[in-house]
Amino acid sequence: MAATTRPARAARPADASGHLTDADRTRLLEFMLLMRGIEERAMGLYRQGKVPGSFYDGYGQEAVSAGAAYAMAARDRLCILHRDLAAHLVRGVESARILGQYMGRDGGVSGGRDGNVHFGDRHRGCVSMVSMLPDMMLVATGMAMAFKLRGEDRVALTWFGDGSTSRGDCHEAMNWAGVQRLPVIFVLENNQYAYSTPTEAQFAVPPVRRAEAYGFPGVSVDGNDAEAVFEVTRQARERALAGEGPTLIECVTMRMHGHAAHDDMRYVPPDLLAEWERRDPVALQKDRVRALGVDVEALAAGVAERIEAATREALAMPMPDPSGATAGVFCEGEAEPLGDGEAPWSGFAPEAAR
Amino acid sequence: MSEMTYLQAISDGLREEMRGDERVLCLGEDVAAFGGAFKVTDGFLEEFGADRVMDTPLAESAIVGTAVGASVVGMRPVCEMQFADFVACGFDQLVNVAGKMHYRQGLAVPITVRLPSGGGFSGGPFHSQNPEAWFMHAPGLKVVAPATPEDAKGMLIAAIRDPNPVVFCEHKHLYRRVKGEVPDGRYATPATARVAREGSSLAVIAYGAMVHTALEATEGMDALVLDLRTLVPLDEEAILDAVRRCSKVVVLDEANATCAAGAQVAALIAEKAFEDLDGPVTRVATPDVPIPFAPPLEQAVLPSAERVREACRELLDY
Repeated sequence: MAATTRPARAARPADASGHLTDADRTRLLEFMLLMRGIEERAMGLYRQGKVPGSFYDGYGQEAVSAGAAYAMAARDRLCILHRDLAAHLVRGVESARILGQYMGRDGGVSGGRDGNVHFGDRHRGCVSMVSMLPDMMLVATGMAMAFKLRGEDRVALTWFGDGSTSRGDCHEAMNWAGVQRLPVIFVLENNQYAYSTPTEAQFAVPPVRRAEAYGFPGVSVDGNDAEAVFEVTRQARERALAGEGPTLIECVTMRMHGHAAHDDMRYVPPDLLAEWERRDPVALQKDRVRALGVDVEALAAGVAERIEAATREALAMPMPDPSGATAGVFCEGEAEPLGDGEAPWSGFAPEAAR
Repeated sequence: MSEMTYLQAISDGLREEMRGDERVLCLGEDVAAFGGAFKVTDGFLEEFGADRVMDTPLAESAIVGTAVGASVVGMRPVCEMQFADFVACGFDQLVNVAGKMHYRQGLAVPITVRLPSGGGFSGGPFHSQNPEAWFMHAPGLKVVAPATPEDAKGMLIAAIRDPNPVVFCEHKHLYRRVKGEVPDGRYATPATARVAREGSSLAVIAYGAMVHTALEATEGMDALVLDLRTLVPLDEEAILDAVRRCSKVVVLDEANATCAAGAQVAALIAEKAFEDLDGPVTRVATPDVPIPFAPPLEQAVLPSAERVREACRELLDY
C-alpha cells in the first residue's frame, strides 16, 4: 500500500538550474514570495470578514505552480488548480485583481462570478478550473488535440491533485492523451491529503506509475524545489513539442494548511508537518538566491510593499452591481479564443524578440 | 432543393459546415471508419481525414471535455454521443465545465453535442431516452430538437456556428422515416418555433418526433401544431401567441413527464397566458418510467397519436 509520503522520497533532476539564469532563479523566488504574501494577506482579509465563503491557499506548495508555469511559453495554454496561485502570477495576472477576486469584487478576475482561486484570465491563456476535479485534465487534453491537429508548436498543461486521480476523468484524459500522443503535460500535485483523506486511502499504487500503462513517461520530482519542477516541466515540454506525447509529472509536496480556512487539520500528524516545514519551498529558493549575491530581504520587502498597494487597490474596488447577476450566461457575440500569457523565462527571450 | 431523409439532412449540414469551415471537426465513438452507429458521418473519413473525423476512445466525458478544450483554442467541435443516453457519462463536462464557462470567465465554448434521442423501436431503457430537460435546467447550454429534414440541417449548421454549447437532440425514430425537401448549400435556421400546421380551435405544442405524432393525431381537426424547434431559448412569444389564438392547449412530450420541456411550457402558459385560456392546459407525456424494451410495453408508455387525439377531443369538449 502506498503511504503518505515523507519528504525524503523527493527527487531533484540533474542540472536542475542549468537552463535558468540568475535572473530567472530570482524571478522564481519573486513569484513564490508574491504567492505566499498574497495568500497570507488574503487570509487576514478572510478573518476580517472581507472574503466571502471560505479561503483556500497553497502555503508550502508555491514551487509547484511557479516552477511548472515558468517553463511555459506565451502561446501555451494552462488550466490552473486552486493551490497554484503562482501560475497566474507568472502569466501576468495583477495582484490587485487576484485580491479583488477573493473578495468577490467587481474588479476581481471573475468580477464576482466565481470565488476563491476559481479563475483564469482568458486573455493570458488560462482556463478557469471547476470544483469537480480533475475535469480540467480533459480540457487541457482537448487544447493539445487542437494544437496537434493544426500542426502548431504549442503545449497545454494542467495541474491536478492526488485525490482527483481516483476519478474517471483522470483515466479518460491520460488514456486519450496517450492514444493520440498529444502535447500535454499533466502535473500531479501530490500534497498527501485530499481534504482529510490521506493518499493511502486514495490509491494502492503510486499514480505516477500509471503513466507507463498509458504509454508515456511518468516522473516524480521534489515538489518543494521550484527549479526541479521547472526543469522536469521544461523537459516534458520539449518532449511534447518533439511530437513525443504527454508526460505525467508528480510533484511530491505537502499541504501545510487545512483544505480551507475553516479546517484545523487535526487529521495530519504534527511530526509530518514539522518534517515538511523544514523543507519549505520559499526558504529553499531564498537560500539559493541569497547565495547568488542577491539581497533577498530587500526583494521580499519590495514584494510586501507591492502586496500592500494591491490590497489597497482591491479594497477600493466596488462590489459587483446586482443588476448584472443574470447577464452573460450566453456569449452574444463572436467566440474569442484564449489569448497569450506572459512567459518570463529567459529561454523564451529570443522567441519573444522575433 | 433535394429530397432527403432526416438523417441525410443532418449529414449534409455537417458535411457542408466541415467543407466551409476548417475549424469544424467531429469526434465520437465509431464515427470515422464505421461512419457512426447510424451512419451520419458515412464517408466523412475519406473526405476530411482522420484529424477532423476522429474515432475516440469509449469515453463520453472525454469526448465532451476535449471538445471544450479544442473549442477554447479556436476549433468548432461537433461531438456525437452514440446514443443520447450516454451523455449521462459526459454530464459533468457539459453542465459544469461547458455550461458555466462564459458566465464565470467570459470564455465562449462553441461546441455542438449531437444526441441521437428517443424511442419507438425497442431500444430499451438505455437507448431510448429523451434527456433534453436535464440540460434545459443547466444554465449556459442551448437545447434544440428539429422535427423535419430542412430544420435538421439548418439547425445543425446554426448550432455549429453558435458561440455557445448546443445540445442537438436528433430523433432516431425520424432518421429514415421522415423525408422532405432540403435547401442546398449552407443556411442557418433561426432559433424560433415554427407553426407546423395552422388551426384555431386548439393548439398542440410539441417538438422533435412528437411534432409528427401531433400532426397525425389532429388530422381533420382545426388544430394548430406548434413545433418548438428550440427549447433553450424557448420561443415564448410563439407559445403565447398560439394560446391567444386557440385558447386551448395540449402540450406534448416524448420525454418522461416530470420537469419535462412541456412542463416548462405549461408553467409559462399558466404564468403569462392564464386569461387567454378556455380550458386546462393538458399534458401528454411518457409516464415517469424507464423506457421498456418489449413492443407492447414501450407502446404503452410512449405518447401515441391515439392518446394525443383522445386528449385533444377531451379538451375540445371541455
